[in-house]
Amino acid sequence: MSDIPVSEPLADTEIIYRHTLVVRATHWINVVCMTLLLLSGLQIFNAHPMLYWGQKGDDFDHAFVSIGADDWRKPHPEGVTRVGPLAIKTTGVFGVSSGEIRAYPAWLTLPASRNLALGRRWHFLMAWIFVVNGLVYLVSNLINGHFKRDLAPTREQIRPRHVWKDIVDHIRLKHPVGEDAKHYNVLQKLAYVGVIALIILMVLTGLTMSPGMDALFPVLLNLFGGRQSARTLHWICANLIVLFVIVHVVEVFIAGVFNEVGSMITGRYRIKTGAGH
Amino acid sequence: MTAPFLSRRGLVLGGATLGGLLLAGCDRLSQAPAAVKFLDHDEELTMGAQRLLLAGQPLAREFKASDISRVFKPNGSTDPQSPAYLAMVRNNFAGWALTVTGLVQRPLSLNLAQLRAMPARTQITRHDCVEGWSAIAGWTGPRLGDLLHASGLRPNARYIVFRCADDLGGGSLYYESIDLFDAFHPQTILAHSMNGQRLAVAHGAPIRLRVERQLGYKQAKYVMGVEVTDNLAHIGGGRGGFWEDRGYEWYAGI
Repeated sequence: MSDIPVSEPLADTEIIYRHTLVVRATHWINVVCMTLLLLSGLQIFNAHPMLYWGQKGDDFDHAFVSIGADDWRKPHPEGVTRVGPLAIKTTGVFGVSSGEIRAYPAWLTLPASRNLALGRRWHFLMAWIFVVNGLVYLVSNLINGHFKRDLAPTREQIRPRHVWKDIVDHIRLKHPVGEDAKHYNVLQKLAYVGVIALIILMVLTGLTMSPGMDALFPVLLNLFGGRQSARTLHWICANLIVLFVIVHVVEVFIAGVFNEVGSMITGRYRIKTGAGH
Repeated sequence: MTAPFLSRRGLVLGGATLGGLLLAGCDRLSQAPAAVKFLDHDEELTMGAQRLLLAGQPLAREFKASDISRVFKPNGSTDPQSPAYLAMVRNNFAGWALTVTGLVQRPLSLNLAQLRAMPARTQITRHDCVEGWSAIAGWTGPRLGDLLHASGLRPNARYIVFRCADDLGGGSLYYESIDLFDAFHPQTILAHSMNGQRLAVAHGAPIRLRVERQLGYKQAKYVMGVEVTDNLAHIGGGRGGFWEDRGYEWYAGI
């Protein structure tokens, strides 16, 4: 028999129940919300593609991030992305795309055409769903002990030697088997706790941009150093969440896309028992 | 030889194609009239929530003189060109008068000297453009609430409409509206001065509205008349303001 086995022999695997219904449902609602929030958020960013630090910031203030054209009067302007002293030519993607001066390209914004009014409306609708969904996730998993049981790193896990071993194992793509595979490793735990913290920051910096909410909670302005700082942090957090999602999706493919995606749909996750190794 | 039903490469390509279709579909759906109509309910939700939370009428943050923007970006109309407005500027607004009309017991007409003689409030506040930028300036002027008390609102009064002198190039004059909740807020003023100077033409001379806790497009410039009404449907495009008629939210607290 020369056939390459498509799956491991059954004797070597065990099915565990990994994700509760609440985790699975909120995960997929989150996927929809975050996608639309990102695309509409980039539409909103395009209306004023500059970022400042402090309470105020407009065209006459110093922007430390900007995405625009080198000279809009030129027949064929170049797209330039500036971060601090760095200026990078990004024609075709950022600054200038499809012959149009716009920070983010049409294929990354909702709606595709320039439409701040509609972008805002979609952003705020999805923000409501996102926040309610997030609260369901947080409250239910605080009550049922999921955070404490599955996401909080154990004392053993945060020892430097252990963290280092997990990093090395991870780089070698050595996936845990048996009992170890039933729990998240410390890198997974830190990534998930980290992204939850980012999402909370995302909501709070978003609220700080609302003049109504600022009147109600002026402490938000102290917390983030001003409305324009909050806008900048909102953008930085969005970038970090995108980075998380990229890593997350790549990891899903490395670990086995059918098992991983399947477990987030059915809750059941197949692990190697380690008997055959 | 059993081939996997779906290869990983197939899955990635399929996913990308599906993603592209979804994006295109989203884009079309996002602009469908039914979707836009649905989004109005979201505005009601946001406004309802903020109104509930702001029931105690907290003040917008006031800043120090040192926080004032060196240059406050003039935005929207900055130099109205109608012959009537240009004549007012030439006359230094000597013949100009603000009218208070509509659902009031006593319609008023106040010239600039009378407005400047009224008890005024000075506040250094942040101006937030819907585009995303912010600028800080000091504003001085009588409270809108004092003016409305002086004219006496009729019981069915619900909205205050501001009629402006600028047309933003589109032919229809700028206008804005707020409800009584914001009209009687202590920081809602008709500013005749900015940073201690008479309001410049670029910033809305002779007076502009300051309704802190809302975005820049609500801060109507070149205000000629204040009109009290019970509904907005018969004014302009019926959505309560120049930008509202072009798709922006009437409630701009977010």
